[in-house]
Amino acid sequence: MTSTSPVEKAGGATATYVDQRIGSNKFLARNLGKVFPDHWSFMLGEIALYSFIVVLLTGVFLTLFFKPSMVEVVYDGSYVPLKGIKMSEAYASSLDISFDIRGGLLLRQMHHWSALIFVAAMAGYSLPDDLLSGTGLQIARGIMQAAPIVGTWMAFLLFGGEFPGTDFISRLYGVHILLIPGLILALVTVHLMLVWTQKHTQFPGPGRTNDNVVGYPLLPVYMAKAGGFFFIVFGIVAFVGGLVTINPIWLFGPFTPDQVSAGSQPDWYIGFLDGALRMMPNWETVIFGWTISWNIMVPAMILPGILFTVLALYPFIEAWVTGDKGEHNLLDRPRNAPTRTGFGMMAITFYALLWIGGANDIIAVAFDLSINAITWFLRVAIFVIPPIVFWITRRTCLGLQRKDQEKLLHGYESGRVLRLPHGEFVEVHQPLSVKDLAVISSKTEHVPLPAPEKADADGVRNKHYKLQMRRHKLSSFFYKESYVRPTDEEIEAGQHHVAHDAELEAPLHAYEDADQINRAHGGVLHHPGMAETNAEQESQH
Amino acid sequence: MTDISPNEGNHKAVETKLGYSPVADIPHRLRAADTDPKAAKRAERQVASMFLLSMLFVVLFIVAYIAIDKSTIIYIPVMGDVGASQVALGFTLAAAIFLIGAGAIQWAKKLMPDVEVVQQRHDQLSPGSATREAEANYERGKDESGFARYKMIRRTLIGALVLFPIPLVILLKDLWVPTKAEQGKSPADILSTTLWTKDTRIVSDGTYAPVRPEDLPVGGLISGVPADLLDVEEIEGNLNARGKAAIILVRMQPDEIRSQQGDGWDYQGIVAYSKICTHVGCPIALYEQRTHHLLCPCHQSTFDLADSGEVVFGPAARRMPQLPIGVDFWERG
Amino acid sequence: MKFLAARRRNPFVASALLIGALVAVGGGYAAVASVQPAEAAMTVGSETQVEAGRQLYLEGCSSCHGLEAQGTQSGPTLIGVGAAAVNFQVSTGRMPLAGPGAQAPAVESVYSDEDVAAMAAYIATLAPGPAIPTAEQIDYADADVAFGGELFRINCSQCHQAAGQGGALTQGKYAPNIMQSSPQVIYEAMLTGPQSMPVFSDAQIPTEGKQAIIGYVRALQESPNPGGLSLGRFGPVTEGVFLATAIFAALIAAAVWIGIKSR
Repeated sequence: MTSTSPVEKAGGATATYVDQRIGSNKFLARNLGKVFPDHWSFMLGEIALYSFIVVLLTGVFLTLFFKPSMVEVVYDGSYVPLKGIKMSEAYASSLDISFDIRGGLLLRQMHHWSALIFVAAMAGYSLPDDLLSGTGLQIARGIMQAAPIVGTWMAFLLFGGEFPGTDFISRLYGVHILLIPGLILALVTVHLMLVWTQKHTQFPGPGRTNDNVVGYPLLPVYMAKAGGFFFIVFGIVAFVGGLVTINPIWLFGPFTPDQVSAGSQPDWYIGFLDGALRMMPNWETVIFGWTISWNIMVPAMILPGILFTVLALYPFIEAWVTGDKGEHNLLDRPRNAPTRTGFGMMAITFYALLWIGGANDIIAVAFDLSINAITWFLRVAIFVIPPIVFWITRRTCLGLQRKDQEKLLHGYESGRVLRLPHGEFVEVHQPLSVKDLAVISSKTEHVPLPAPEKADADGVRNKHYKLQMRRHKLSSFFYKESYVRPTDEEIEAGQHHVAHDAELEAPLHAYEDADQINRAHGGVLHHPGMAETNAEQESQH
Repeated sequence: MTDISPNEGNHKAVETKLGYSPVADIPHRLRAADTDPKAAKRAERQVASMFLLSMLFVVLFIVAYIAIDKSTIIYIPVMGDVGASQVALGFTLAAAIFLIGAGAIQWAKKLMPDVEVVQQRHDQLSPGSATREAEANYERGKDESGFARYKMIRRTLIGALVLFPIPLVILLKDLWVPTKAEQGKSPADILSTTLWTKDTRIVSDGTYAPVRPEDLPVGGLISGVPADLLDVEEIEGNLNARGKAAIILVRMQPDEIRSQQGDGWDYQGIVAYSKICTHVGCPIALYEQRTHHLLCPCHQSTFDLADSGEVVFGPAARRMPQLPIGVDFWERG
Repeated sequence: MKFLAARRRNPFVASALLIGALVAVGGGYAAVASVQPAEAAMTVGSETQVEAGRQLYLEGCSSCHGLEAQGTQSGPTLIGVGAAAVNFQVSTGRMPLAGPGAQAPAVESVYSDEDVAAMAAYIATLAPGPAIPTAEQIDYADADVAFGGELFRINCSQCHQAAGQGGALTQGKYAPNIMQSSPQVIYEAMLTGPQSMPVFSDAQIPTEGKQAIIGYVRALQESPNPGGLSLGRFGPVTEGVFLATAIFAALIAAAVWIGIKSR
């Protein structure tokens, strides 16, 4: 507090005022110096958060101009090819935003692009009531009606009767601008509070342990970096919102339930569901007069249900299988958890295949393929390719682990081949750098759960034998073949040995280097007694 | 507040004061700006000029907002003909915002301390005394309320809590208020009827002109709606009737029709099928006149209109409903 | 290279590269339509023209369509298809068929306009069929574009896509992109129903309707992109691809830049 400006004085007074009421200085004391690990991947979460803020900001502007009404009006705006066409007020006002309000199209496009980044547009896609968005609603209603017993009723209640009715846009609007953002905001808050108390995880590196965080403090570095990144994200969204068209609703025309456009696609985050719908064979059964539409329920309800449940439960499943319930703040390198990495890659592949399915008609036209062939390929591939990817990923991880083990024990290969005085060729190994050593040696040891005994020493039968046996097998599968990390002593001995060797070889390098450097500069200096050219070398013999 | 830089001074003192300390074993390389005052000055100027440019772009944004007419189209290489106002506003806004971020980050990278510091984590687990205190409090509450003792209170309370949301759910029932015509009918009943009756005339969608058989050549396709559709829409004020009654008419050589859903439901090779896909309800009119296949653009269900509208590919489980058609006497005469 | 290496860390270069990358990715989508105004119609063929057309037919078409245009195993009959069908198929290069495939693609025509006219005249003599539309018929100057859009969405967009970019049909067939199609070709396509396309006769969509549709398609062809780079007007798929490539690349590049230690 060497010098204080009037602004700082006012700030200090405010802080004191607030502190008197909520004791906020304790929080500030703890957190103004909170350390953030410096790694680009931690910024991905901030991208999502910031684009959400952009969604909110631009969304507020749009609410001022958008009219969520399905009342029929005759368009009389400045987009000529739709002049005089009957349409809903929602669509007409969306056109007005696009053509008759300065900067309206910019805001609409920024809203849509940032929503795509954040994955929160679901309801927004259907609000403008253009032909594409309405088709999406039509499909959503079709899916809803496939829910057994309650489906039709649910659809009638949500739409206020038959499709499309006149209520749905305004109902969706409330959900879109109030319910969903409110929910997301609440979840974001919880998430931030968790990060605040638990602190960030971090990648392994020098000085980084399970019990600390290494990085830069909030004030000033991360205030500037994270705060600056908000403007970067905002700026990029404004850039694409201004320069790249998204959802040109004027091209699609107003929605009516009997028109459709080829290539009707959902936005990307729904693409996987649409792909699943397209891939599914046409199974349907009728039980006691109730129709069970497997062709819709499996891809649109059961599959996402399973997908998100597994996603949410995976950490618990893994903890149960491996018996590892510890607190982890240091991230595993993907290769050091081969089975988990394999599952992850398998899931990504599965998702990507569904996604391709969602774009099969566009792909068919772009690459001159048959949609039937693509669909059949995907119907098989969705079961075959993910397991193959799992296996390849796991093997790759294990291979990388072995490589790491060698590095720990023998240093890294410098790629430099030396000929020893007695004619032998050797490759020079170099000790690992501090950073590499910290990263590579971060692998923690995992042992599969032991096989259970059928009965204990007193001959009392183990009641949980079957379950424990299953758990043992799963655990063995999970950690199977993982390379054992050398002990600290072995690593130290190995690195020391390599360092020693490298030291011995150092003079040789010095010769070589000196030789090469001089040559490069056109000099003729060389070590006395050493031949400079091949001819000289030969003549010496 | 200026003496906290971990770069210099007494590290130990810093640690006790701030809860973090520099990491000792990370090799640290000084930046140009750390050693060369000129470089530091240059960095300062870089950052300041970014902020300055940002302000300039705000001014340009305002100029663009006022000066450029919203309907002006401008040719920009690579992008083609685009809206001038849109692109100008977007670019200036983007630049104004982006430069603030770029400047701040440059400031952090060049001029703020870049020595990594370490902060200890604290156990999330509460100390045992806190846990015991919480447990004791819970027990006391349970005891004092008598929640465990008063069985009747407990059960009735649970019952009441379970029941009280029901009114809130019931209130949702009138999300759908049946119209006069819909009264007394279940959703399924309503969905299973359309505007089509025995004598309803088919008109062409868009022009709303009555369809005559000779208008439709072999290989032709007409999107049709009932003649009274526009009146019904006028009365109902929605598009519901259209969503169910839309049909397509196609004509093929009569001997190409392999089967139909009813005897003589065609008229001289003209067949009428619903336009709404049996899968999830997309309108569907991708009729291939050579194969007589009808393809849904949403999920690629394919139907054979020469064979009762049966499914030949894709996720749809049921054939397209066929509408029996004929020609009325008036037309024939 | 040294210049680049020395300035790689410079924030301006970073953002310039970023913008460059964005523009480069987007540039791939830019497609500018340049459509020739329609060469209109033709008069009834003279005898010499018909004879010339017959010769051309025998050389180029008869191996598939038969010596009398009666059709064979490899090609349908051309009796009664009319001059319009010949003009559409041959002037767009779909016929003669270059090779096997799900459907005949539009390519550069191998025949001159006179040759096409001669063949059309010859086929027209075999049986009555749709004639090549006259200049008057395809004159869309006074057409009601908005009504044309309505008809387009009812009759055309299900296959050719709302913005006329084309779409997939079954088994590798497709509805072509119509952004380069001339009014004459559009009119003929509606009139004759080439390949998988259904016929839209003049009785069903009268000439004014067809003109309105042509007017709307022309408006689509000539329309600028008020929102900026169009991404091909393919809808959410290309938007998603742009997001996953250019935008994420830009965002992640910025994130990486933040994490890199300064020099």
